[in-house]
Amino acid sequence: MSAKNNNTSAEVNEQEKEYTTLNLGPTHPATHGIFQNVLKMDGEVVIEGESTIGYIHRAFEKIAERRPYYQITILTDRMNYCSSPINNIGWLMTVEKLLKVEIPKRVQYLRVIIMELARISDHIICNSVIGVDTGAMTGFLYIFQLRENIYDIFEELCGARLTTNIGRIGGLERDFTPRAWELIDIFIKKFEPALKEFDSLLMRNRIFMDRTINCGPITAEKALGYGFTGPNLRAAGVDYDVRVINPYCSYEEFDFDIPVGTNGDTYDRFMVRDGEMWESLKIIKQAIEKVKKEPAGVFHADVPEFYLPPKEEVYNNMEALIYHFKIVMGEADVPVGEVYHAVEGGNGELGFYLISDGGRTPYRMHLRRPCFIYYQAYTDMIKGGMLSDAILTMSSMNVIAGELDA
Amino acid sequence: MAATLLDTVGEKLKAKFGEGIISSEQQYDFPVFTVSTHIIYDVLEYLKEDDEMGYTFLTTMCGLHYPSHTGKELGVMYQLHNMQKNLRIRLKTFFSINEPKVPTVTPLFPTANWMERQEYDFFGIIFTGHPNLKRILNMDEMVAFPMRKEFPLEDGTREDKDDKMFGR
Repeated sequence: MSAKNNNTSAEVNEQEKEYTTLNLGPTHPATHGIFQNVLKMDGEVVIEGESTIGYIHRAFEKIAERRPYYQITILTDRMNYCSSPINNIGWLMTVEKLLKVEIPKRVQYLRVIIMELARISDHIICNSVIGVDTGAMTGFLYIFQLRENIYDIFEELCGARLTTNIGRIGGLERDFTPRAWELIDIFIKKFEPALKEFDSLLMRNRIFMDRTINCGPITAEKALGYGFTGPNLRAAGVDYDVRVINPYCSYEEFDFDIPVGTNGDTYDRFMVRDGEMWESLKIIKQAIEKVKKEPAGVFHADVPEFYLPPKEEVYNNMEALIYHFKIVMGEADVPVGEVYHAVEGGNGELGFYLISDGGRTPYRMHLRRPCFIYYQAYTDMIKGGMLSDAILTMSSMNVIAGELDA
Repeated sequence: MAATLLDTVGEKLKAKFGEGIISSEQQYDFPVFTVSTHIIYDVLEYLKEDDEMGYTFLTTMCGLHYPSHTGKELGVMYQLHNMQKNLRIRLKTFFSINEPKVPTVTPLFPTANWMERQEYDFFGIIFTGHPNLKRILNMDEMVAFPMRKEFPLEDGTREDKDDKMFGR
């Protein structure tokens, strides 16, 4: 096809455009996980894309239909493995809601401490990786040591670091040890200056700001339509936080703010997560003070039908042995009904929908995984942007493969 | 508070859709409405678009399978959220496994796109009008719908494991 150019009056040849198809993933090092996106590229600009997911699908919902309630906790570990304790406690609270178990205040505060530590470790990973993807390795190296300290605390609390299986139905498996309190104190002392340093490296850094502002933005209306929750929705300017709107674990007693952004771009997501780390720190400090006012030594509710008795009791006491046997074999009576319980996970509203028919296993369990729901907006968000922006958008959305595929 | 929500929303739905609202009940903190399949789209549209309702956020949806309910084996659960007033409700609809068809709600809630694909993948529920209804988590070559109850999680031919005494 040819046409006259009015300015130069020369013949211009308009050729049919050729696009490149680019396979980003499934195992591309820049995507931090198993994500495949088939992109249609015009030079370096993304025209459209299609996501393929399910590479590490493990059928948790099906497996859960064969397992007693206490054995499902370990499945939730493997969803968002950057903040497993939130998943664990979210699931335990769902079961406790079904069983109508009252949890003592001290246990709730201890759980708040654990969950907020997990949130910090989740956000440390996401924010420092945004730094790495923009080419700033230094912040990552500085702050990752602190994540190590959090994992040391988890190790002291439950024996595991990554897949924690922390807590039991009705409380925690053991009380915080003096060493754990010591480690928490050390962490708080070290974390404040470290986060300040991390902020000073990136927050007002001209290169970082130029790189991330207006990169992968999404409007509030679109984000709500796509079912965004958590930091990604708050970055778009909607102050929706499950901790505030449907408080659980006595979050209503704590004084903290919800950081919100305006544009929903990578910079706002970074800033919201950063603000949340400061707020989490505030919550942990308040929780420590609250724990001190509660009667010491309480770390589980009084529910012998569901909470395993101590081992020496099992060997010396008939009732304890019976309860132990019933719990381990899944013979405890569970009410019939259906519950939904949501917690504010690292990535947003992490919901557990549970139907019980009174048997030893759930009749149906459905997981509302925030990653799975908001990742479908990804191809929409990268449309018209550069390829390098697409990588950055993905890391700033904090898509965790384990949660995406469940 | 929650009990009155069951009544207020229930009355409005009954007035608008009459016989289409099959039942309503309170399940813990959620009002649950069971709705005829042919009006599920209209009900969701009403709940979303009507100014008084304002259930604009689809929190989650999932498939259900009750093999013993003849003629109504499969179902879909929708969970809506009115974020301004912080009200949550749950809707259910059931239909025959021989004709597992539900209208898609993707035009109302873009987020339903992948959720519906997931439920198609696991339960074989056909969401009519869906823009891209194909498997999402399982591989494309798969022929079964694995979350249906007839698919055992473990190999049924195993002889080394006796489940007679405990569990199902």
